[in-house]
Amino acid sequence: MSGTIIKVSGPLVVAEGLGDANVSDVVRVGPDRLIGEILNMTGDSASIQVYEETSGLGPGAEVESSGMPMSVELGPGMLENIYDGIQRPLPEIRELTGATISRGTDVPALNRKKKWTFTPTAHEGDELTGGDVIGTVQETSAILHKIMVPPNMSGKLLSIKGGDFTVTETVAVLEDKKGEKHELTLMQKWPVRISRPYASKSMPTRPMNSGQRIIDTLFPIAKGGTAAVPGPFGSGKTVVQHQLAKWSDVDIVIYIGCGERGNEMTDVLMEFPELTDPRNGEPLMKRTVLIANTSDMPVAAREASIYTGITIAEYFRDMGYDVAVLADSTSRWAEALREMSGRLEEMPGEEGYPAYLASRIAQFYERAGVVKCLGSDERRGSVTAIGAVSPPGGDISEPVSQATMRIVKVFWALDSSLAYARHFPAINWLTSYSLYVDTLAKWYNEQFGPEYMINRDKAMHILQEENELQEIVRLVGQDALSPADRLTMETAKMLREDFLQQNAFVDEDAYSSYDKQFELMRMILTFDTLGRDALGKGADMKALFAIGAKERIGRAKMAAPDTYKAEYASILEQMKNEIDAVIAGGEDA
Amino acid sequence: MIKDYKTIRQIANPLMIVEQVEGVTYDELCEIELPNGEVRRGKVLEVEGDRAVVQLFDSAQGINLAQTKVRFLGHPLELAVSEDMLGRVFNGMGQPIDGGPELLAEAHRDINGMPMNPAARAYPAEFIQTGVSTIDGLNTLVRGQKLPIFSASGLPHAALAAQIARQARVLGDGENFAVVFAAVGITFEESEYFIEDFKRTGAIDRTVVFSNLANDPAVERIATPRMALTAAEYLAFEKDMHVLVIITDITNYAEALREVSAAKKEVPGRRGYPGYLYTDLATMYERAGRRIGSKGSITMIPILTMPEDDKTHPIPDLTGYITEGQIILSRDLHRKGIVPPVDVLPSLSRLKDKGIGEGKTREDHAGTMNQLFAAYSRGKDAKELMTILGEAALSDDDKLFAEFADEFEKTYVNQGNNTNRSIEETLDLGWKLLSILPRAELKRVKPEMIEKYMK
Repeated sequence: MSGTIIKVSGPLVVAEGLGDANVSDVVRVGPDRLIGEILNMTGDSASIQVYEETSGLGPGAEVESSGMPMSVELGPGMLENIYDGIQRPLPEIRELTGATISRGTDVPALNRKKKWTFTPTAHEGDELTGGDVIGTVQETSAILHKIMVPPNMSGKLLSIKGGDFTVTETVAVLEDKKGEKHELTLMQKWPVRISRPYASKSMPTRPMNSGQRIIDTLFPIAKGGTAAVPGPFGSGKTVVQHQLAKWSDVDIVIYIGCGERGNEMTDVLMEFPELTDPRNGEPLMKRTVLIANTSDMPVAAREASIYTGITIAEYFRDMGYDVAVLADSTSRWAEALREMSGRLEEMPGEEGYPAYLASRIAQFYERAGVVKCLGSDERRGSVTAIGAVSPPGGDISEPVSQATMRIVKVFWALDSSLAYARHFPAINWLTSYSLYVDTLAKWYNEQFGPEYMINRDKAMHILQEENELQEIVRLVGQDALSPADRLTMETAKMLREDFLQQNAFVDEDAYSSYDKQFELMRMILTFDTLGRDALGKGADMKALFAIGAKERIGRAKMAAPDTYKAEYASILEQMKNEIDAVIAGGEDA
Repeated sequence: MIKDYKTIRQIANPLMIVEQVEGVTYDELCEIELPNGEVRRGKVLEVEGDRAVVQLFDSAQGINLAQTKVRFLGHPLELAVSEDMLGRVFNGMGQPIDGGPELLAEAHRDINGMPMNPAARAYPAEFIQTGVSTIDGLNTLVRGQKLPIFSASGLPHAALAAQIARQARVLGDGENFAVVFAAVGITFEESEYFIEDFKRTGAIDRTVVFSNLANDPAVERIATPRMALTAAEYLAFEKDMHVLVIITDITNYAEALREVSAAKKEVPGRRGYPGYLYTDLATMYERAGRRIGSKGSITMIPILTMPEDDKTHPIPDLTGYITEGQIILSRDLHRKGIVPPVDVLPSLSRLKDKGIGEGKTREDHAGTMNQLFAAYSRGKDAKELMTILGEAALSDDDKLFAEFADEFEKTYVNQGNNTNRSIEETLDLGWKLLSILPRAELKRVKPEMIEKYMK
């Protein structure tokens, strides 16, 4: 089915003669066969969003509809790969067209030549339903790829064979109730704008361990939860996203670079193969899929990249894996929506964004969650969605931030004044929140005993109190404070500098285990408890603040994973002795 | 076959509507021939049926609906490129204006370029020594980075940019370099300041100048930076040169963009700038970088003036979201007579971590950098407290931090426009300043480093 262009305005093309096409169909536009998608239909003319630069297109050129909605290919070969916003593999494009991306490049998402070793697990004669696993492919050393019966399909397995196959070769044949035969391959397709089905959804109850102290201890996120990271430029959004992509204890990470810097994606490509997962020793790249639609790449494909990413995430979730989707940045995606909306001459909502902005954002985050997957073995999987938000001027009263805050459960607010003081991660402990604290408390209590959460609340309280005391100091100076309040200020400072600050670029500090976090926190709070006790006994405040153990606490976070326990025990010992000495000195005086 | 059309229906500067056209395509370049023979240029913004909307690069003055002819050239706006561009001066549309001969083009390039494949980028990691402590020591520039200078009216950004262009070099390296300078809507005096400086140092022979001055057509400014970047890409990726691109002033560029957007009656975004300002700026800034398999590089220093010194204004704000850091100039420091008045705390180089350390600068670089930032930040807080409550209200430590902050501004920042400090000098100066502080407060440097470098 084909039509003819009648109008070109940037990425928007209007073509007539497409009366039989469907809304959301993928079309090929013009002599270069640029990829586009139908947004609207009026009579037999269609408004098309073109995913590539439209320079050189004019009325009269041909448009051809594929009759299929925008879909992704799901199967072995996605891990370790880097795709553009519409799932074209960038390394293969590079081989074809060099350092820049030429238009109309047509490369399948999954390599058609590569053979994968398929090991069947289902047997001939099995009655299977959508989501049932028929066999496995060891895709990378870290991940076993489960080949599933596509959703909405069921029947009796007529034949299945093991061996080496490409993604398009038939590995099994399924006969449905009507007697129709379906050939199953290692690959399936799914339209990106429709979420993949699951059996049922449940409440998130397990935390996602990120190794970041301020996140794991103060503002935890659950596996299957949603979080937003808003912040002005230079406040370290991308570093936080990278840290999460590196250290989260999920099985699969989908990293979407949406309208951001090209060099940041290069950084990930360079660094991830060299970093190893602290849990299984495998290179991190083996569990990662990258989607890169950088800011100089066509704006319409940026809009699609978010959906491409989350659909791939859902596919791995359906295998029973825990998946994290990191989208940097959702603001650029919203801007792409705004640009297309403007060209369609839709009535603008707030700040020129389309009126459906909030519902689109909500739909995206709602695709996260913990689910019971389709299939008879009752596997469970989860998708955790974390989106960076780039509010103009750092002002979160703008529409994208507000619409995001209404839907997400965790909010890590980045603060430029912390970033200026090189307090990283620059997550503000006063304005951030996590609504998962209560639901996750049970897990923490079971794992580490009640002290973990008690200490967390105590630390939060001290930090809050410091904020109030600082107001007083600003007005009248710190001499006006009682020794107890001075101690609160001192402990808060230690919490900020020695616990919350974490250097992503130092190996010993980049990842902190739960136990290390717990011990470090306990050490600082022990100083507070012992110090308070000492002051009550009349100890000299200045001497108390000058004990040698404090300097060691300041360096304690740098202790290596195998030595920190001994180091912390020795610091605690020294601290107790020194504080005792200060008390004794106080009594002498 | 190129046809002349005499079917202009409407002119509303800078837009023109031509009807009954055939075979016209989006983004195509066209020539407009006036009755007196003068030729101007424009590009197609939208084409619907037989009606084309054209954006004029020049003024509409003198265009006559009945007599003026329009020719569509069948290709987008292009720049003729050749190695002979070095040492030449072009206008904002890429035509020579230095009285020299026409350029013998080796190739013609679409000025919009093409997006770089992220999988083909080589990560910038080579340290560039600019000789300016606040940049080398704290906001390190690397080859292939885009690092803008955020300035404001009346601040000496030109002096700093010229100093960087003059002093920048890669340690232990004698490779081919070139400077591409784009003057976008600035005054003759400002442009001449740069050109004089290039002449004085002899860099002019390695420089390509694109000049659109304040009295040149405003809409032409949309093309000027892209002309410069097209030339830079040619020199870097086809002639293996290390190109430093200086574009000043991005604010004028964005205003030209706003003018066209308003004429097209688009829904305005913040402050009347079009909603696609981010994307538009990104397609320029992202052309900086390095490519795998290519020896050359493009390092970009765009300069912009922040309206009302406001960093949250859309132009600096969106720029900051795209570029790899920013150098911010401060009016306070400028008033204190500190040269260059770099506001250290909000300035940032995102790529510094890969360009510093052992084998690149020195092993103590990262630690001292973080320590200096943190100490200066605390010192400034202490000084603020001191102005409210007096010195007596400060703790002993805070007094030292306040002293540190003063010394830091006086020696480290205030180096003048003619001092070229090596990276060792910069790092040693940092240690000297840190020695003011109590050792227990130096938490960001390893104790071994303190032993080794603190004198």
